[in-house]
Amino acid sequence: MNNLLEIKNLYLEAFYEEKWQPIVHDISLELKRGEVLGLIGESGAGKSTIGLAAMGYARQGCRIASGSINLDGVEMFEASEQELRKVRGSKISYVAQSAAASFNPAHRVIKQYAEAPVQHGLMNSAKAEKEAIELYRRLFLPSPEKIGYRYPHELSGGQLQRAMVAMAMSCKPDIIVFDEPTTALDVTTQIEVLAAVKEITEKMNKAALYITHDLAVVAQVAHRIMVLRNGRLVEVNETRELIKNPKEKYTRELLNVRSLRENKKIHDKMDVILDIKDVAATYTGDKNVVEDIDLTVRKGRTVALVGESGSGKSTVAKIITGLLPANNGSIKFLGKELPRKLKDRKKDDLRRMQMIYQMPDTALNPKQTVRKVIGRPLEFYFGIKGKEAEDKIRQLLVDIELDPDHYIGRLTTELSGGEKQRICIARALAAEPELIICDEVTSALDQLVAEGILDLLQDLQNKTDMSYLFITHDLATVKAIADKIVIMLQGKIVEQGEKKEILTPPHHEYTDKLLASVPEMDPDWLDNLLEQRASTFI
Amino acid sequence: MLKLLRQSPLSARIGMGIVILNILVALFAPLIAPYGETSVVGDVWESSSAKFYLGTDHIGRDLFTRMVYGARNTIALALLTTALSFFAGALLGLIAAVKGAWTDQLISRAIDIIMAFPTLIFALMILSVIGSSIPNLIFTIALVDLTRVYRLSRAVAMDIEVMEFVEAARLRGEGLWWLIRHEILPNALPPLIAEFGLRFCFVFLFIASLSFLGLGLQPPLADWGGMVRENSGAITFGIFIPLIPAAAIALLTVGINLIVDWFLHLSSGLHE
Repeated sequence: MNNLLEIKNLYLEAFYEEKWQPIVHDISLELKRGEVLGLIGESGAGKSTIGLAAMGYARQGCRIASGSINLDGVEMFEASEQELRKVRGSKISYVAQSAAASFNPAHRVIKQYAEAPVQHGLMNSAKAEKEAIELYRRLFLPSPEKIGYRYPHELSGGQLQRAMVAMAMSCKPDIIVFDEPTTALDVTTQIEVLAAVKEITEKMNKAALYITHDLAVVAQVAHRIMVLRNGRLVEVNETRELIKNPKEKYTRELLNVRSLRENKKIHDKMDVILDIKDVAATYTGDKNVVEDIDLTVRKGRTVALVGESGSGKSTVAKIITGLLPANNGSIKFLGKELPRKLKDRKKDDLRRMQMIYQMPDTALNPKQTVRKVIGRPLEFYFGIKGKEAEDKIRQLLVDIELDPDHYIGRLTTELSGGEKQRICIARALAAEPELIICDEVTSALDQLVAEGILDLLQDLQNKTDMSYLFITHDLATVKAIADKIVIMLQGKIVEQGEKKEILTPPHHEYTDKLLASVPEMDPDWLDNLLEQRASTFI
Repeated sequence: MLKLLRQSPLSARIGMGIVILNILVALFAPLIAPYGETSVVGDVWESSSAKFYLGTDHIGRDLFTRMVYGARNTIALALLTTALSFFAGALLGLIAAVKGAWTDQLISRAIDIIMAFPTLIFALMILSVIGSSIPNLIFTIALVDLTRVYRLSRAVAMDIEVMEFVEAARLRGEGLWWLIRHEILPNALPPLIAEFGLRFCFVFLFIASLSFLGLGLQPPLADWGGMVRENSGAITFGIFIPLIPAAAIALLTVGINLIVDWFLHLSSGLHE
């Protein structure tokens, strides 16, 4: 069979620091009809850039330097803008990471579906809508006849992503580029989208480029996987082969990250750091968003608070820190009852409880230097200034494994995501806290970088005996670092206990679903799961 | 800073040239002007000659001298007014954004009331009550103008206030002043400075229009807006004298806006 897409010796350049610099080096790939090629790598690996290049498109500030991109006989590199327009949408289409941001909120979903085929003159809008409904059915969207006539904000994230996949199919393209289609979704909704992707590629015989940073996800849908790093090819192989015997060290690292770490025992005699009883809170004044929250964190231990988005886990953090005053129950910290409002708390209590955020980009003031970010809590809580503060800041930078000489004078905007998160950790450490609340601290980071952060947190805990309250939706993280697991659903705790207890059956029904939805590094995992679910429905 | 200046585009350089020229003229007015600010030295509306570079005005004062002193009065007044309205407006906006709740309501509603009146009529009203002295003029225009600055700074600060680094500072227990001074202001500065340049021009034109209506700077002080009014009769005789101060106002406005454009470009470029 002929290759549908052939990229040969592709070089891409980006314009930064006032000159053109290569960002993708010598990438060649080919794609046959009905085949899915997975592109995997961390951010900055150039995978999205390659995906877009396949459509003959370079982002602003980037350009295709050399090489050839042949899409079903059309040389994209040399094609005119008009030719490209014809090809895009009808031969090749694109599914972006955030469906919520890619839909126009002012128009109904199905109208946006119809836009492209009508534009390309393939059919009228009535026919397009009929086809849309058929596709919605095939992608397992609930009530396919009606769902398209809703506005984007009336659909859930997983549904929107599937509607987006349908939209990409509207002109019946031969190739679809999926750019991290499940990254922004919860594990349970991720399954729905993966099933939709599989339906399209296998049953409709389309070719696809599947871009992701999650090896376990790509293993479910791709026939072949291409591992990229810093714009260069690391390794390419059949999926099963790549997972069974990875040749390169980097691939092995990617495969190994989901390993379990040793579990620390929890004894009843250990000091209780945080004790929450029967807490509830509301944003609007009438309905409680979280209720009946009981939670205990002991010294030197890590409690993981797990749930999907909207389950109220971040709200619990807000209640504990006092940003959202509880309207019921008690919060005991280090044996003392804490006032519910942040304003009424003592400076020393604030110091002992620190927080690290999900997005290091917004958690650090872009106009401050590392020195100021870390120095401020030292000055504020301990009155340390000048030379003494400088030494302390340097020591803290060493603790978080960053070179002081290199980093201390830099602005926070001059750091990478992982480095920023380390600075956030240092800022928390500077206050010498007893408890650190970590709100999704790794979910905005690449797999290996996240791994480094978790390692660092683990080391720090071993050294200082701090306690962590870890809020996350990522069960892989939970398995890796938690001593105790608390599972939340719709504002309530459904199950809690020691890690071993929770992870071994019998589970609560919801825990079961959550655990089963975490992709495993097994290419047959999705098929088995879908089969299993189908059979339980019958 | 020097490097930045060296890389500046031509338009910004022209803008800087105009502004610097104006400032120099304003600073060294007594040295440059050939005659006294209020002395009558010639006939009414004489045309330009070696004796009077730009001719004379409606009562025979040297127009060039009046222009030079006018630069001093007009620019100094506009600068003071804008500085005052910015200091007060931005501070109130930041406080409202950080404190929220009833503080925000109180300030915002008060500002709304001032904004409900057309600016020129509001200023005319106040000035006719308290009289048109220079301090009163500054105070009145600053009051009218700070409403716009307040709106901007509050809106900008609100966006910044919800960022997690501000929340982190709150959780640390920081007070209002630290939040404003160290967390929010540095991030709100680019749009505020750009707005400063624009507002400066508006104030400038506002004073000119007040002077034109007779409630601005009082004669015999020279100011560009007032000079347009005093000499407006000349138009009927086909003499272009009132157009000269008008052109000076336009030129300075253009100059400042060229610099502001450059600054806007810079701050947006740095933010990517």
